[in-house]
Amino acid sequence: MSAAVSSGKSLQSEAWKQLRANRVAMFSGGLILFVCLVAALSPVLSPYPFDEQFLDRVLASPSLQHWLGTDSLGRDMLSRLIYGARVSMTVGIVTALISLVIGTLYGAVAGWFGGWVDSLSMRVVDILDSIPSLVLLILVKLVFDALDVIDNPELKSLTGMLVALSLTSWVSLARVVRGQVLQVKQMAYVEAARSMGASGTRMVLQHILPNIVGPMIVLLTFQIPSNILSESFLSFLGLGLQPPYSSWGVLANDGWRSMTSFPHLMISPGVAIFVAMLAFNLLGDGLRDAFDPQMRGRV
Amino acid sequence: MIEKVWGWVTAAFAIALVVMSFLDLEIPSPVWWLAGFVFIGGAVVFTAMRGMTMFVVKRLLEAVFVVFVIATMTFLLMRVLPGGPFDSEKALPPEVMENLNKKYKLNDPIFSQYLDYMGGLLVGDLGQSYKYTSRGITSIIAESLPNSIQLGVYALIISYLIGIPIGVIAGWKRGSRLDFSSMMVAISGQSLPSFLVAPIFILVFAKWLGWLEPALWEGPAYYVIPMVVLGIRPAAVIARLTRASVLEVIHSDYIRTAKAKGLNQRTILFKHVLRNSMIPVLSLSGPLAAAILTGAFVIEQIFAIPGIAKHLIQSVGNRDYPLILGTTLLFSVILVVSNLITDLLMAIVDPRVKMS
Repeated sequence: MSAAVSSGKSLQSEAWKQLRANRVAMFSGGLILFVCLVAALSPVLSPYPFDEQFLDRVLASPSLQHWLGTDSLGRDMLSRLIYGARVSMTVGIVTALISLVIGTLYGAVAGWFGGWVDSLSMRVVDILDSIPSLVLLILVKLVFDALDVIDNPELKSLTGMLVALSLTSWVSLARVVRGQVLQVKQMAYVEAARSMGASGTRMVLQHILPNIVGPMIVLLTFQIPSNILSESFLSFLGLGLQPPYSSWGVLANDGWRSMTSFPHLMISPGVAIFVAMLAFNLLGDGLRDAFDPQMRGRV
Repeated sequence: MIEKVWGWVTAAFAIALVVMSFLDLEIPSPVWWLAGFVFIGGAVVFTAMRGMTMFVVKRLLEAVFVVFVIATMTFLLMRVLPGGPFDSEKALPPEVMENLNKKYKLNDPIFSQYLDYMGGLLVGDLGQSYKYTSRGITSIIAESLPNSIQLGVYALIISYLIGIPIGVIAGWKRGSRLDFSSMMVAISGQSLPSFLVAPIFILVFAKWLGWLEPALWEGPAYYVIPMVVLGIRPAAVIARLTRASVLEVIHSDYIRTAKAKGLNQRTILFKHVLRNSMIPVLSLSGPLAAAILTGAFVIEQIFAIPGIAKHLIQSVGNRDYPLILGTTLLFSVILVVSNLITDLLMAIVDPRVKMS
C-alpha cells in the first residue's frame, strides 16, 4: 500500500495500460462512446422527428421506411429510440456526476473530521439506506412535483427526475469515499503534510482526493447504469418522465401493454437498455480490475 | 450439539412453511406459533449462550430508532407538502372540506397530529386512507403484504438456488471455458431489465407452451414466472460473489493443508471450500433484500400482483398521503428487519464476526 501511494502516478499509468489490454472493456467503452455520439447527434441521425405522427401507419411492423416499426400513435420507433438514448444517457450520466460530487464532499467531510461529525453523518447515511432506493426516489420525486417550482410540465418531469436521482444515489459513494479518506488519513505522508502546517482543505484536495480517484472512477462507472435503470423503472411505472418525452423506460412502458400483439414495441427499448447496461457493467469490471486490484473479482 | 439440532429444526420449519405456502396449502395457526417459537426462542437461547445478548439488544434498539426517525421524517414530509387528494377533484363546497378536515383531524395542531399518528403506530394503526375512505390503512396493507412477502421470499430462494451452483462451478473450474461463459451469463443477467425478461417468459411459458399463468397471483402456476424474473438479477450478483469468495478460499492456507494431507477433491470442495465461501454470500442477504424490494415494483406492475408496491404506486398517483406514509414505513421496516436477520445469521454462522 505504501509503495502504491508513493508512486501514485506510475500506478495510474500502469492501470491505463492494463485497461487497454482488456479487449472486452475497451469494446464496451467504444460502444458507450457510440451510444453517446448517437444521443448527441439525435436530431441529425433520427430519420423523423420523435413526435411526428404517421396516422396511416399506426403500429406498423418494421419495414424499410420505419426500421423498427411505428408505435400506437404512428410515431417512428427508431427516431424515438434515438431520442430516448439522449434522455436516458443524459439522465444517467448527469445524475451520476452530481451524486459523485455530493457523495465525495459528504464522505470526505465525514472521514476527515471524524469524531461526532463522522458518527452523525454515518447515522444519516444508515437511515437513508434503510429506505429502499426506489421508494426514496419516489418520495423525493413526489416532493419535487408538489413544490411546483417549474411551470413547463415536460421540463418539470425531466428536472424532477434529475433532482430525485442525484439526491438519492450519493449514499453508497459517500460511504466508500469516507472509508478511503479514513484509510489515507493514517498514511505517513499525510501526517508529514499536516506537521508541515498544511490546511485541512489543502490536504483533502491535494493529498487525499488524488489518491482515491481510482475507486471513484470505478464507482461512477457502476453508478451510471444503475441510474439509467432507475430512470427506466420509474418511467416504466408511470412515475417518471411524461410523454411526449421518450426515454427508454417510457418506450418500454408503452411497449409492454401491447407486447403480445406488437412485440417490436417492447423489444427495441428493452434491448437498448440491456446493451447499454451490459457495456457499462463490463467497462466497470475492467476499470475495477485495473484501478482497484484489491476489489478484483468482487461484485 | 443443541445448536446443531436447533439449526436443523429451524431449517425444517422454514422449508416446510415455504413449500406449504407455495403449494397454497392452508397453514394452521398452531404451526405458525410453533415455528415462531422455535425461531425466536432458539435465537434468544443461542445469543445468550454465545454471550451476544447485549449485541442483539443493541442492534434491535438501533433498528427501532431508525424506523422511528423514518416515521417522523415521512410524517412531516407528508404534512408539509401542499395539496392533497381533495384539491384535484372539482372544487368541493366549503362545508364538505370542513368535514373532511375534521374527519382526518387536519385542523389539529401538527404536533398533536404527530402524537396521534405515533400513538397509532404503537398499536399497529396506520391511520385512514384518503382514497379508500371506509378502510384503515392497516387492513389494506394486511391484505396485500402476504403476497409481497411470498414474492420476495420465493425470489430470494430461487436466486440462491441458481446463483450459488453457478458461482461455485465457475470458481472451482477457474479460468476454464465454463468459468468464462457462466460469468458472461451472470453479467448479462445483471444487466437485464426485468421488463424485458418478463414479456419473453410470458410469451414462451404462458402463451406458447401454456404451462404457466401470465398474470395475477392465485396459485403455484401463477408464482413461477414472477419469482424467476425477479430472482434473475440477484442470482447474477450471487453467482459473481460466490465465485470471488470460492477463489479466495481456494487460495487460503487451510485448503493448501487439506490438499497436502491428500484429501480428495470432493471432500475439500464440499467440506472446506463450500462452507467457508458461503459466509460472504450469506452476508449479502440484506442488500439483496433491498434489490428485491426495488425489483418487486416492476414485477407487481407487470403481473398485476396485488402487493404493497402496487399500493404505493397508486397512492402516489392519488396523492393519498397517509397510504404513501404507511407503505413507505412498511418497506423500511421490511428492509431493516432483513438487515437485522442477516446480521444475526452472520453472527451465528461465523464465529469470527464479533459484536462490532
